[in-house]
Order: sequence, then C-alpha cells, then structure tokens
Amino acid sequence: MAKFPKPTEGTWTDHYPQLNTELVSYEDSISPEFYELERQAVFRQSWLHVGRVEELPRNGSYFTKELPVVGTSIVVTRAMDGQIHAFHNFCRHRGNKLVWTDYPTEEVCGNARQFVCKYHAWRYDLDGACTFVQQEGEFFGIDKSDFGLVPVHCDVFAGFIFVNFAHEPSQSLRDYLGPLLLGVEDYPFHEMTDRYLFRVECRANWKVFADAFMEFYHAPVVHLGQHPSHLRAMINEAGYEAPYYEIEGPHGVVTTAGSLHRGWEMPPENVKPADIATRSGLFGPWETTDLGELPPGINPGNIQPWGLSSFQFFPNFAILIWNQGWYNTHQFWPTSHNTLVFEANVCSVPAKNASERVGREMAAVAFKEYSLQDANTLEATQMGLESRFAEFFPLNDQEVLVRNFHQVVADWVDDYQREHAKG
Amino acid sequence: MALLPSDFSELEPFAEKWSRATEPERYEVRLSSTMEEMQAFYDAIFPRVQDALAYCDKFPLDDMPEDAIHLLQLLYSFVAVSFAVELWGQPYVPDTRGTSFDRLSAPLP
Repeated sequence: MAKFPKPTEGTWTDHYPQLNTELVSYEDSISPEFYELERQAVFRQSWLHVGRVEELPRNGSYFTKELPVVGTSIVVTRAMDGQIHAFHNFCRHRGNKLVWTDYPTEEVCGNARQFVCKYHAWRYDLDGACTFVQQEGEFFGIDKSDFGLVPVHCDVFAGFIFVNFAHEPSQSLRDYLGPLLLGVEDYPFHEMTDRYLFRVECRANWKVFADAFMEFYHAPVVHLGQHPSHLRAMINEAGYEAPYYEIEGPHGVVTTAGSLHRGWEMPPENVKPADIATRSGLFGPWETTDLGELPPGINPGNIQPWGLSSFQFFPNFAILIWNQGWYNTHQFWPTSHNTLVFEANVCSVPAKNASERVGREMAAVAFKEYSLQDANTLEATQMGLESRFAEFFPLNDQEVLVRNFHQVVADWVDDYQREHAKG
Repeated sequence: MALLPSDFSELEPFAEKWSRATEPERYEVRLSSTMEEMQAFYDAIFPRVQDALAYCDKFPLDDMPEDAIHLLQLLYSFVAVSFAVELWGQPYVPDTRGTSFDRLSAPLP
C-alpha cells in the first residue's frame, strides 16, 4: 500500500516518457573506455560547480581546484574590480603550474595582488592579464597582451561558482540549470557561513557513488543501526517511499516527508539520548532556524510536513535543503573509472552560542557516521560490479533518479560520439 | 593545573584525554579507546551536559576563556562517543573499516 500518491501514469518512472522500466547495464560504471568518453562528453560539456563566493571574500582572493577528470587545474579569482574569473592554472611562458605552494598537486587558497610564476617570474593580474615578462627584450616579438592566462567559462548562481570547459558552452548557466534548479535561487545560502567541510577518496565509480545520494531506498537498510534498536524491525519493515520526484532535463529532485525528522515530537525512547541532550541529530538542530520567507521552489511538490529536498545538479553536484533551516552539498569528482573524491559541506547560519555550536557538531558528526556507511558500501558495490558476472540490474520506482542519471550520461555520450563520427 | 572550570571538577579526570580542538583528533581518540573508557566518560558527562551547555553559553563564542573552551571540546567528544556507546557497542561504525571520511575544516572553537 503506497504511503504517497503516484503520478496518474501509475509510477514515477512511467511519468517520464524518456525512461523505460528495463534492466539497466552498469557497464558504464566499470569500463575505462566509457570513462574516457564521459570525460569528453559530460565533464567538458557541462557546467561544473567548483566553490562558493564566500571562498573569495575580498578583491584579490583566489583558490585553486584540481580537476583530474578534465585534466587540468584551475585558479578561481576575485579580481580588483570584484569580478569572479576562472583560468587554467599554468603560466603561458612554458606551461609551469602557476599557483601552488610546496606540493604542486595540492589545492591552495589565499589573497594576492598578482600571481608570479615560480619558474621565470612572469606575472599576471587576477583578471588574467600578463603584466610582466622577465627579460622581455630577449623574446622574438611577442606581445604580452596575447599571453594572458587561458580563461575558463565561469558564472555564478546563488553564490555557487560554476565553470564550463566547452570551447563555447551550448547553453548559459541559467538556461542549463532550468526552472527546477533556478527555484532555489533566493534561498539565503549566503547567510549560511558556518561550514563543516569533508573530503574522502573512495574506490568506486563516480556514478555508483552518486547513485546512493539520489535515492533513499537504501536508507532504512544501510543506516538502520542509527536508530534505537527497538525501532529497527519497524523501520526495516516500513521501507522507504519518497512523496515527490521531479526530473527536468538532466537534473532532478527528490523530496522527503518530514515525519521522521521531528525528534522532539517522538517518544523519548525512540530518540538517541545524546540527540535529546543536544537537541539535534542527523536531521539537524531541532530548533528551526528562522530564515524569513523562503522561495517555494525549495519544496517543489509542496509536501507537508516537508523534510528535505535533494536537488541533483547534473553531472556531479547536489544541494540538500532541510526543513530545519540548513543545507548540505555533495560532490562527486571522478579520478579514474573506478575512483573518486567525495566532497561534502554542512552549512548553516553562524551559531550564536555554545549550545547551538554543539547542536551543529551533533549534526556534523551524525553526517559523518552516515557517510561512512555509504562510502564503504559503495566500494563494495564497485567490487561486485567489476566481477562482470552480471551486466544488467533492476531499478525500482524509488530509484527513478538513478535510472534517469545513467540514461542522461548515456545520451550525452551518444550525442558526442555521433557528432564526432560526422567529423 | 585544572583544565576545566571548577564547577566541573568531577570531569577533570577526562579532560586531558577528551578535550581536543578538532574532530579528527576526537575521532582518533574514540577509535583508540576501549568501550569501558568511553562508557565511563559518557556516564560521567551525561548528567552534566545541560549544566555545561549553560556554562559555555555565558560567553560569546569568539571570546571564551580557556577553561570554557576545554569544556566545550569535552561536549564535542561526548557527541563523538555517544554513537559508539548508544548505537554501535564498538568504537567504529560497523561495516565501515575500509574507508574514512575526513573533516577538513569547521568553525572554531
């Protein structure tokens, strides 16, 4: 018996004509050749989130980002006129990596009036202009203005910085995001500057990893132990249903209902004692942060009581906005066909006092306990898939975003191959 | 010399081990502790959590005296061990030994 109504077609999957209900091949997650195609067809064609504007607090602020999936490092800057730019992070003289400290492979951030190459001291403004060539007279008629840093298409949405490595992006960032994701634009992300940052390298394909964050079908199983033991049989029995899914272009959202999120409404024996003591837990501090009037787009199905909405930004970024007045992000950066770097942020308005800080600590620690369960499971999934003793796997209706995700990647790869076959 | 405010002297035996500035340090101490050690710490601090929160709340977060910061860090460690004590019955999250999840930064203290 369904807890929530499904679309008139009978299922979420049937609601979307571009989807079928067939078994799904996971060859796309274990093939090195397919990964090479994805690098070209997906990661060099889409808008990729690389950071927040708060990471560039002043004119002259910069950070670097290593992007092995694109085969480059970029430096993102706020120039002296306040404009945000992104450049390939190498010197135009002989290609030395421009901005780094101690270890050329590590990301750095800071403040500078200019960048000076460590090799032959060529200099660049933060808007990319080459301003100084060491012993310029020794060169053979070069013009500095032809040797600025190589720019990367860069735009900002709701304070999130995106880049695009296409020669000319086929869509502007706003057109690419579309109405579903633009619906979160007026959420007060900029006020939520208390940030807990996490990172881990895992042995799984980036899509295998992202899959687990697009469905909650696994939640009552993988995370069952997070609940007091006398509740586990009931939670397991109940399974999981989402009240709302929406797919728009390559992107999607899944919304959860809020009943599980309200620790303060539950009998105390159903809540971890430390959650009661800190008035917090995985779903965030119990006291809802008053953020004023919020854009209706954060709860696109208008689900009441609302728990959270998990917005999937194709290809590798997600923002989860929670009823309690905070948000977190997930990002999945492939480093090979079967490894990735998983980055996550847990963000809220600054804590006003120690009690609030301890509540946020509880939420951040719970987030880690859950994420460890996901990460380890997904490494195990990758191992199973790589055995290649089965290729096709069934996906259910609660996995509709997973199905769409793999379909979109396949479509983009097909389009890319077709265009290149035309030559 | 006492690490904690005098109102919390019964927690002093736990302060040197558990008052740690960052989550990676606290998590490391959790993983290298026995369940008996964590249970003893949990049992000692649990009845004082509300008092400790009230004490720390008297100060602005950016201007806390050293002993209050130690007490706040002890509360963070209470959060860290609560999962081991209340749920897992072991320091590690079950079935997660093959991976890690590193917290790189967080608001301080």
